[in-house]
Amino acid sequence: MPTLIKLAGGTAAWADDDFVMVGLEDSVPLSGKVILPLSRYAAEAPAILAQGRKVGVRLEGADEVEALAPFLADLSVIALEFSKFRDGRSFSSARLLRERFGYRGEIRAVGEVLRELAAFMMRCGFDAFEPTDGSTPEEWAATVHRYRHVYQRAADSRAPAFVEREA
Amino acid sequence: MYLYDEIDRDMLADRASEFRGQVARRLSGEITEDQFKPLRLMNGLYLQLHAYMLRVSVPYGSLSPVQLRALAAVSRKYDKGYGHFTTRTNIQFHWIKLKDTPDILDELATVGLHAIQTSGNCIRNITADPYAGATADEVDDPRVWSEVLRQWSTFHPEFSFLPRKFKFAVTASPKDRTAAKAHDIGLVLRRNRDGVLGFEVMVGGGMGRTPHIASTIREHLPADHLLSYVEAVLRVYNRHGRRDNMYKARIKILVASLGIDEFRRQVDAVWALIEQGEIDLPPSELARIRAAFAPLNFESLPAISPTFEAERANNPALARFARNNLRPHKQPGYAIVEVSLKAPGATPGDATAEQMELIADLGERYSLGDVRVTHAQNLVLPHVKLDDLPAVHAALAAAKLATPNIDLVTDIIACPGLDYCALANARAISVAQDIGEKFTSPDKAELIGELKIKISGCINACGHHHVGHIGILGVDKKGEEFYQLTLGGSGAEDASLGEMLGPALAYDRVAGAVETLVDTYLSVRVGDERFLDTFRRVGVAPFKEAVYADAH
Ligand code: SF4
Repeated sequence: MPTLIKLAGGTAAWADDDFVMVGLEDSVPLSGKVILPLSRYAAEAPAILAQGRKVGVRLEGADEVEALAPFLADLSVIALEFSKFRDGRSFSSARLLRERFGYRGEIRAVGEVLRELAAFMMRCGFDAFEPTDGSTPEEWAATVHRYRHVYQRAADSRAPAFVEREA
Repeated sequence: MYLYDEIDRDMLADRASEFRGQVARRLSGEITEDQFKPLRLMNGLYLQLHAYMLRVSVPYGSLSPVQLRALAAVSRKYDKGYGHFTTRTNIQFHWIKLKDTPDILDELATVGLHAIQTSGNCIRNITADPYAGATADEVDDPRVWSEVLRQWSTFHPEFSFLPRKFKFAVTASPKDRTAAKAHDIGLVLRRNRDGVLGFEVMVGGGMGRTPHIASTIREHLPADHLLSYVEAVLRVYNRHGRRDNMYKARIKILVASLGIDEFRRQVDAVWALIEQGEIDLPPSELARIRAAFAPLNFESLPAISPTFEAERANNPALARFARNNLRPHKQPGYAIVEVSLKAPGATPGDATAEQMELIADLGERYSLGDVRVTHAQNLVLPHVKLDDLPAVHAALAAAKLATPNIDLVTDIIACPGLDYCALANARAISVAQDIGEKFTSPDKAELIGELKIKISGCINACGHHHVGHIGILGVDKKGEEFYQLTLGGSGAEDASLGEMLGPALAYDRVAGAVETLVDTYLSVRVGDERFLDTFRRVGVAPFKEAVYADAH
């Protein structure tokens, strides 16, 4: 049963998650794709990458995305955590990755990931989600598209109201 | 006034339909109260002591008569026939049923009203000068920038889950009627020596258990960079504000712990990296919003109205009302009229459906379709012709709305306190009413002059007691209501925090103590000093002595 929803071109669909999330204390599997905690990334990623395997990284809300700047070209996934749904720091992290650092790979929302946050996450640059509220891709997409307009620019390509009005 | 276009209306409709779905899921049991709570709190719906409370946003305190009538209709149909205006110029309905809320939001949406961002850890309704567009002393119309901020902050994807709530105030006048320095961000519009419009940006003000007066982070931010700059401020706060302790989560704590210079450095660093041209509004959109607040079609009138002068000479009640409730208008022949919601015995800020409808009618007929809500929980008819004042006064008086007490001792700010609020330690409304009973003489009230009493039912300080000339805070002493008095606070341009008077007083001693404080002031004041000026000159000692004398 897949638990990962990916958003591409405005449609949401289940996706197979072939990355293994490696915890702080876990040992790294001998093969396959992995997501490492930020604190282990610099030391352990080079060897795994050298084996031709894909590597991602997981950041908690307090972790600063600036630390990823040297590694962005190597990263396949950046998982940003919402330890509680109301911990909004990862919204800033995602925007910085997209807007300041120009990162184009997958940004995945992990932690307490609720449907009510879907539109905000999408606008800040998330394109993959591990919902914890049992949401289906259909429900996820419905929330993302619920609002017909937006008022401000963010990390997505939606035209804000002030641009729509000029058209 | 800014009229919502199709886009603005779609936003409200989309929100109302989203909320309807959420309420349906709750009523059917699909989600629990625990799961529903964060959803309803994104929509201004609180569960209070006796019922649900719905807080409806009044963006920058500006209402059309149609909107005010819709609020009256909601209060009559879904509540007990009245509403409560708050210090943040919103209106609260305290007796709401959950099942009715989707219909209420639909009805409000048809007149451009909503409950978006009236609760939760997001950017709340913007406070603006209630005299905007009417007062002679403003350098620009603060509503323009408030509307700019309203749109930018509505459903902001990055800043909807901040460490804590976030409040803006905007004023363009040297006389601050917004308590700008008590806000998370206070914006004061000024022109610099070259005539360029800019904001003094102040950050980190706030009430609560650790009150702070805001510090200036930028003396003169060019006005057209407002959005990119506040985006930088909010980003620093969102990333670095404390989230481990809700009492230390406001931006004031971050600013105080970093120091304003380091905080400024961090904001500037972020601002430099923001694509400012993407975030700041294009001139065309700014012009569109500005046009909505273009000067109204005032008539050319003489500065003195013989009709009004003659009536006032014959009618002492009108004369008193004129002395206390009128403010100068920029257009000769007009006045700004304050409508007091602080009649003797009233709950500060409450208005009945009939009163709201009357004010809506007066606004339509006599005030160019414009009504305002003030931080002090009163209403304003901003554009009344002097010739019309006798008629307006008579209509207000007939509805108990002509209390001539603006900024006087009985114009008290009080939070809902123990009568409604689940967090309260003590009553606030009845303290205000008791104080009112001590000062029933309007002559004496005028003799006392400007005196701002502010009452909070607990340390959350929704009644802004820290910045009251006399501040009154309800505390709990072994299950009994006690009150901590502070003196010398101000939320205006001369902002300061009040100083503690002495040990907390029992409920039945508070109104008497206020009377003693006032008598002490009258006995030592010099010239036309206000209470606040006298306090600042003589300090707390004589007041303390007088109040606690009988305790020795
Ligand atoms: S100050 Fe306290 S009692 Fe008053 S409204 Fe705020 S939380 Fe409630």
